[in-house]
Formats: sequence, structure tokens, C-alpha cells
Amino acid sequence: MDFFSANLPYILSGISVGGQYALIAIGYTMVYGILRLINFAHGDVFMVAGLMMVFLSSWAPLYVTIPLVIVATIVLGFIIERAAYKPLRSAPRMSIMISAIGVSYLLQNVSLYITGGLNKNYPSIPWISDTITIGTAVTKRVTLITPVLTIVLVIALVILIKHTKIGMAMRAVSRDFETSQLMGIKVDSVISSTFIIGSFLAAVGSMLYFTNYPGVVPNSGAMPGLKAFVAAVFGGIGSIPGAVVGAFIIGICENIIKGLDTILVNSGVIKNPLGLATFSDAFTFALLIVILIVKPTGLFGEKKTDKV
Amino acid sequence: MNKTKKTIINFALLFSLILAVLILSITLKSSSMIFVVLKKGAIYALIAVSMNLLNGFTGLFSLGQAGFMLIGAYTYAIFTVPLEARIQVYQYFNGGIIHFTLPVIVALVLAGLAAAVFAFLIGLPVLRLKSDYLAIATLGFAEIIRAIFQWNTLGPITNGSNMLKMFPSFDSIIKDLAKDDGKHEFFKNLFVSAPWLENFLITILPILLSGVCIAIIVMLIKSSYGRAFKAIRDDEVAAEAMGINLARHKMMSFCTSAFFAGIGGAMLAMFQATIQASAFKSAMTYEILLIVVLGGIGSVTGSCIGAFLYIAASEWWLRGLDAGKFLGISAPGIFRNGFRLVVFSVVIMCVVLFWRKGIMGDKEFDIERIAGRFKSKKSKGEVSGNE
Repeated sequence: MDFFSANLPYILSGISVGGQYALIAIGYTMVYGILRLINFAHGDVFMVAGLMMVFLSSWAPLYVTIPLVIVATIVLGFIIERAAYKPLRSAPRMSIMISAIGVSYLLQNVSLYITGGLNKNYPSIPWISDTITIGTAVTKRVTLITPVLTIVLVIALVILIKHTKIGMAMRAVSRDFETSQLMGIKVDSVISSTFIIGSFLAAVGSMLYFTNYPGVVPNSGAMPGLKAFVAAVFGGIGSIPGAVVGAFIIGICENIIKGLDTILVNSGVIKNPLGLATFSDAFTFALLIVILIVKPTGLFGEKKTDKV
Repeated sequence: MNKTKKTIINFALLFSLILAVLILSITLKSSSMIFVVLKKGAIYALIAVSMNLLNGFTGLFSLGQAGFMLIGAYTYAIFTVPLEARIQVYQYFNGGIIHFTLPVIVALVLAGLAAAVFAFLIGLPVLRLKSDYLAIATLGFAEIIRAIFQWNTLGPITNGSNMLKMFPSFDSIIKDLAKDDGKHEFFKNLFVSAPWLENFLITILPILLSGVCIAIIVMLIKSSYGRAFKAIRDDEVAAEAMGINLARHKMMSFCTSAFFAGIGGAMLAMFQATIQASAFKSAMTYEILLIVVLGGIGSVTGSCIGAFLYIAASEWWLRGLDAGKFLGISAPGIFRNGFRLVVFSVVIMCVVLFWRKGIMGDKEFDIERIAGRFKSKKSKGEVSGNE
């Protein structure tokens, strides 16, 4: 119990970060499920949502800003899909991926130009950025809200996918692109709605994520984006519950590694800190490589056979 | 055209290139931007070609180039920092634990080998993966490598997250030829009598070095291995059915690419004279990928042209976009820091979307073809389809 209470801060922030990754990971997993495309720009959409919040909140009250940011992010996601991915639908997969990298590069550079590369302070959203105390850990209220909100949104999304017409269309397109087209499903609008849902969740995720951090810089979306993608792969790409579970595992592990030096020193395993926190990012990728080798379909993924 | 004629043409091209650099260094001041473009462009050309070998010729979409460059750059720097400078460079680690210095050439080869060995180890698990999984796994490995090199516990070797410096750079190698210690009188007198010579040598050194490396890659591509690579790119299953050992050839392409990326990284270190692991982010890989796309996936000359264009644009031509004045238009409000990169990314998006083949497509720059085109223009109607 002593051990648990000593490490509670790491676990708590792990759960919180995990929830935020989960919201981004869903965008990746849905797009990959349908287009077979790693949407490299998704992490940057997340960052742009953060920046928009910074700029809009300086001239409008929060109850206007928050919906406005969500709508603007959705529009951004929609435009990216229409402008950069739709023209390449029949191109080789490598071209679409390069296009995704290009969009990511563009978003980062435009943000760099607009912000001048300076750190932009994220506005503190009242109530959720209040400080609270849980047991021995002092944290912000967002830490508690994130997992709850994540789970609520995921349940809503699962219901949407299982029980509505558009959800059925999404499942059909992800199963077989061409056949569903032949069956009269409007593939383009299904893909657009996937991007809309992904961008919406990224906008919500960015509000929760950046509340915990001092500010937004143009490349602050890259790392969370990659990690969320790893989470999606870890949980089985195309599976929404998988992405959520993967994101929580990655979030918690990452934060434990950040605090591993302190934990190990306190428990007397090592005498001097080893600087293991450097590996908190690298760990995610090590996990990715292990999962790809041991179980390439991920935790909840469906097995697919390659056809010649 | 027969083979000897081709060799003669190639040598003539090489000779005219050297001559051009020579004329430039005689006529222009050594501070001219064109020399920076030539040096850095040559280095990026090598790295882009090494990436093209993997992405364009073998069809393996790998994003690990920055990691291999990092290994190369660090291997080079670690082994060539002069003994007397080590105490200063490794100031937080008591001068480090390596107490010898290797000659530059040995360190360069070692840089490539180290990258290739890492590539081999990474390739064992990773090369079994398919397209986008491979991309993300190699990207992940590059990040892991960066974390390892920044790890403070390895500081006595890698200097942790601090900068490595004072190793021989292109500038210092040439300048050391005319050192002030009495032993280097010949070069000293030479540089005094022909002041442009120093700058010429500094510029031509990276060009020749990367030229040799690119020539080796071209030879590999033209060999039977290269044909096997292309077969794998075009259809993996068919290639395997034709008796090509997939695992072996993929590994070979991966290691060769890493080897030259390592040398490229070492040359980048030599060009910059200081290196830091934090610079080798995935953004660097993207930059090189975009050069490859710009030049044309599957074209060596395309990558070279792309690299020089990219470097010339980013270091020289479009500088004004950042500095407030461009093409005589002065608008400091719009042309401020970062605008160059915005223009750049827009151009690249346009290339990706509307001009997917890039500059060269998958063709090579070929004197014969251009000559043939001129000929067919002259005698239009008589010879058709000369290409």
C-alpha cells in the first residue's frame, strides 16, 4: 500500500495521458481501418486544435471558443481529406502516405510561421484545470475527467458504429472497399464522416491534453500523434476498444518510466538515478516493435490473409 | 553508343563538373552561398540516393534514415575528436572513456559500418513487416536510437545530450594541410600563391566523396542484385516465385542504404563541424523523403537534382522570404521568419498531388537521350520514336 501511494502520481497522470492518447488513437484506427492509411497529419490536426484554442480564447469567452474550436478542427480534418487524400484514391499506397507526411509538414510549418516558433500559453479552462488532491497525489481535475470522458465518448462511438446506418456503412467500407461501393454506399461521404469523427475526438483530446502542459509549440502534436498510432496498432488496428486499451497501457507505462528512477532509488534497487526518463518516448516504439513481431494483428485485431 | 564512348562521356561530365567548381572558386568570393549549396547539396544527394535505393528501388517504405545518419555522425565524431580536445568536449564526463583517435577515412568507413550493423540488427525483426508497418517501425527505431544517444548514462561515449565538436571538418581538414608548424610549407606556399585553392578543395572534397558513394550505389543498382531489388519492388510474390531470396535481398538493400546514410551523416557532421543528437528528428527523415519525391522515386539522378534544388532553395534562393525582401518586393509583415518553409511545404504538396512523378520520374538523366531528342528534332519526320 505504501508503494502504491508513493507511485500514485505516476499512475494517475498515466491514466490521464492514456485517455488523451485514446481520443487521438481512435482517429488513427478508424482512418486506417477504412483507407489503410497512416494519417500522419492527425497528430498535427491535434496540435492545430490546441493553437486555435490559444488564439480564439484571446478574443472570445470560453463558452464560444470551445465549440468554435471543435467545429474548426472538424472543418480542417474534412478539408485535408478532400484536398490531399481524395485525389490520390487510386494511387499506390506509398503516394497517399507521402501526401500525409506532406500535410503534416505543411501544418507544422504554417503553425511555425503564425506563432513565430514561440511557445503559446494554453488558456486555463476553469473547473477542469483546478487543483485537487487524491490520496497523496496533488493533481488537476482534468486527470479525473479525462478517463471518464474518454469512456463516455467511446461508448457513444461504439453505439454509433454498431447501430446506425452510417456506422454500418463504415463497417462495410472497412471490410471491402470496392464491394461496398458496388452496393451503393457513398464511399466518399463515409470517409469524410470518419475524418470528421476523428477530428472531433482530436479536438476534445487536445483540450484535455494541453491543459496539463504549459503551452503549444508547432511540433507538440508529432509525438502524441505517433504514440497514439502505436496505441492503435497495439490494440489491433481498426478496433476502437483496442485503441483505447492500447492508449491507456502506453500512457501508464510511459509515466511509470518517467518516474522509474525515483521509484527504483526509493525502493533501494539502484543507488544513483540512471536517467531512464530519456526512454519514455523510446519505450513506446519498443513496444510497437515487440507487438508487431509477436502478434502483428494487435490485441483485438482481426486476422487477415494476404491475397495475391 | 558503345561502352567506351559512354565512359568517355561520363569522364567528360565529371571533368567539366570539377572545372565548373574550379572556375566558381576562382571567380567568386569564398563566402558565396553557392559553395554552401554545393557542399550541403552533395551530402543530401548521397543521403537521398541511399533512401531512394530503399524506397524507390526495393519498394521498402522505410523512415529510419535520420537514425542511421545519427549513428554515422556520432561514430565519426566520437572517434575523431583530437585527444587534446577531449577534455574540453567531454567536459561533463572527465574527457570521456575513449582515448584514441582514428584517421578521418577510417572513421568515415566505420561510420557507415556502424550504421549498417545497426540496420542488420533492426532489419532482422522489422523487414518481415509490410509497407506502412515497416514505415512506422523504422521511424520508431530511429527515435529509439536518438534516445539511446541522448542517454546521460552513456555520456562518457556519446557526450549525452551535449554537443560534440572540434572533430575534423571539411574546413579544418583542408586548413590543416597548411598548418603553421613548419612541416606543411608546400601547401602553405601553395595557398598563399593561389588563395582560391583552399576554398576549391573544401568544396570539391564532399562532392567527390559523395560522388564516389553514389557511383557505388549506381553500380549496385545496375548489377544483378539491383535487378532483384526492382523485381521485389514490382511484385514481391512474383519475385519470390522466380527464385529471388526475399529476406536476403531486402536485408542487403536495407544495410547498404544504412551504410551510405551513415556515411552521409558523418559527412553532415563534417560539414556542420558540430552535432547534437536532438537534430536528427523524424522531421529530418521527412525532409529527405520529400527530396526523393521531388526528384522522382526510383531515379538516382532525380534524387541528386532534387537535393541540390532543395538545398539551393532553402539555403539561398528563398532566404529572402524569411528576411523581409523577396524578388525586390519588401513586405516584412508577410515575409518573416518561417514563410520560406510554408512556401516550401505548399510546393511539395503540389508536387505530391499534381506532379506525382517528380522531376525525373523513374528515368535517369542521360546524355544520349537528350542528344537523341535534339537529333530527332533536327530530322523531324525522318526518324520517329528515337527514344
